[in-house]
Amino acid sequence: MAGYTENDLANDLNQQEYKYGFVSEIASDVVPAGLDENIVRWISEKKNEPDWLLDFRLEAFAVWQSMQEPEWAHVAYQKPDFQAISYYAAPKQSKKYDSWDDVDPEMKATMTKLGISLEEQQRLTGVAVDFVMDSVSVGTSFKAKLAELGIIFCSFSEAVQEHPALVKKHLGTVVPMTDNFYAALNSAVFSDGSFCYIPKGVRCPMELSTYFRINAGGTGQFERTLVVAEEGAYVSYLEGCTAPQRDENQLHAAVVELIALNNSEIKYSTVQNWYPGDKDGKGGVFNFVTKRGLCESHAKISWTQVETGSAVTWKYPSCILKGEGAIGEFYSVAVTNNYQQADTGTKMIHLGKNTKSTIISKGISAGKSQNSYRGLVQIHANADNARNFSQCDSLLMGSECGAHTFPYIECKNAGAQIEHEATTSKIGEDQLFYCQQRGISEEKAISLIVNGYCKEVLNQLPMEFAVEAQKLLSISLEGSVG
Amino acid sequence: MVEIKGLHASINGTEILKGLNLSVKAGEIHAIMGPNGAGKSTLASVLAGKEDYEITSGEIMFDGKDLLALSVEDRAREGLFLAFQYPVEIPGVSNVNFLKTAMNEIREYRGLPSLSAKEFLSLVKEKSALVSLDSSLATRAVNEGFSGGEKKRNEIFQMAMLEPKFAILDETDSGLDIDALRIVANGVNALKNSENATLIITHYQRLLDYIVPDFVHVLFDGKIVKTGGKELALELEEKGYDWIKA
Repeated sequence: MAGYTENDLANDLNQQEYKYGFVSEIASDVVPAGLDENIVRWISEKKNEPDWLLDFRLEAFAVWQSMQEPEWAHVAYQKPDFQAISYYAAPKQSKKYDSWDDVDPEMKATMTKLGISLEEQQRLTGVAVDFVMDSVSVGTSFKAKLAELGIIFCSFSEAVQEHPALVKKHLGTVVPMTDNFYAALNSAVFSDGSFCYIPKGVRCPMELSTYFRINAGGTGQFERTLVVAEEGAYVSYLEGCTAPQRDENQLHAAVVELIALNNSEIKYSTVQNWYPGDKDGKGGVFNFVTKRGLCESHAKISWTQVETGSAVTWKYPSCILKGEGAIGEFYSVAVTNNYQQADTGTKMIHLGKNTKSTIISKGISAGKSQNSYRGLVQIHANADNARNFSQCDSLLMGSECGAHTFPYIECKNAGAQIEHEATTSKIGEDQLFYCQQRGISEEKAISLIVNGYCKEVLNQLPMEFAVEAQKLLSISLEGSVG
Repeated sequence: MVEIKGLHASINGTEILKGLNLSVKAGEIHAIMGPNGAGKSTLASVLAGKEDYEITSGEIMFDGKDLLALSVEDRAREGLFLAFQYPVEIPGVSNVNFLKTAMNEIREYRGLPSLSAKEFLSLVKEKSALVSLDSSLATRAVNEGFSGGEKKRNEIFQMAMLEPKFAILDETDSGLDIDALRIVANGVNALKNSENATLIITHYQRLLDYIVPDFVHVLFDGKIVKTGGKELALELEEKGYDWIKA
């Protein structure tokens, strides 16, 4: 990270408020608020979906109606009024673009502000970006190049139209619509998302990247992501999220399903900086996400997440280690400041023999925030020689925040090996003094110490993402000491 | 370069420094000796700006500036360096990254451009050789898993990198074996020039066999009670501190 560090950071540190808090003035096609069967039908029709998908949505809607919002998480918030939310908002200009030049300049400006102009991405970084604004994917790059390898990387809606058999085969197989309240809601009303398919034996030559962004006020974002790696395939997938600053609480309930067939590997990285609410805890995104991956024999799924945003986070990227020798990894940094609340962690379900999982969780709490790690390591009876290593560290800044750890271990096989380590620490005044005595300002010292603390996780991220994550950490923790 | 006049400092209401006077000129090495509890480390902390201490009266001028009005980091940027008695560990932050951040902050304060990666690395190579610091230590996390001797050598390495005008060595000799002591002393001697000054705080005379001070001061009960040349250190070694107290 030699080139990057501190000068860029200094600029960012000058910005006290949420950096991504601008609203784009793009005419949106918004469905009226509220949710009933007609809305579900309307969404499906709007997207010109086949009957099986409409049936899937309707069934999910029925399931959702019979469910209660979960309350077991260590978070407290005003429950969203699900009838006050608009379930679909698409930028009005819905025609396909023939070339990049045809794209609405306002939309391009939005992307530029986000720092991810597609042009630049294409030219400089070789990252293929599928940009999802509100609910419709507006630009997919590098598609041709990927197509040569048989890789499909497109918006979810497009996949429904172009590759219905693949979608039908895998949709809901890892996260069933009955899984939980938010997953059921998502299954009923999901608007768009990303689809990624890597054929047998293919190693995807570039990082696949999607940016999600909530734009219109009062809309929820319900994306659906499905990644399938066939036997021996490899893919690294990046997801970044931002939301403009708004007073009301916006709801984000996504579902991500990963399917890693024999000997394949999926790396899934997220940098999430949805609007966290203001200093008094007003506004901010409710981030209620279900992410799960299925590993067949000798397959590997690695989740890496840097969570700095959202008012309330409820998220447990998990791995079902079904096949023999499957490997699951979870690397997480969760930062909460002001009145943010995060309840996040993972589930590692060991079903197969010789399965292995690693959990590294770093929580940082500042201000009046509450930060919880919640994890489940489950070893089933047939999972001989299963191994798990968990490390959950909490860092506290100030005296008004809270850090909590809820590790659950269920083991039904005596041959399993499970290790759990947990630490809680405070940023030491001695550490700060040492840095300052060397000429480093307090803000920069904190950023240095925090980045050091998170290093094991940040190291898992691809380079460009790691740089962004470092900056985000500093921005999120601004003014939190002293 | 440094003028301390009538310095009184206390911690939690207890007065530790009780009217300390000290004058250090460029090109000089001063040693401060004294029994436990005399206020030696307090002096180091007060000079560096540690918040725990309250300055009740007195003044410290550093290169014509009012030192007590400067923040901890600005004192460092003005060229004050403290080699800590107990250097802290900063997990996950490499020595190199730490020093690069420090150097660039200091350079920015002085209106100088940042060092290029190449310039920086060649400097690391040159300076780490000065204290025989294994180059692998430069890439390890700051002081993490370092032995006591490595930590002290790392302090002198940082001092060499930052080239302070005024360096304070707080009990740098404690916990060092003879070889490490010699390495540290050689480093300090090599850094000495006519423009900088060093204040060595020590309990024992041993370090002064290797770093020859221009002045030796005896600190007792918060005041400097005796000042002399190198021979004073030897006298103290021989007689102990009791004859000073009497």
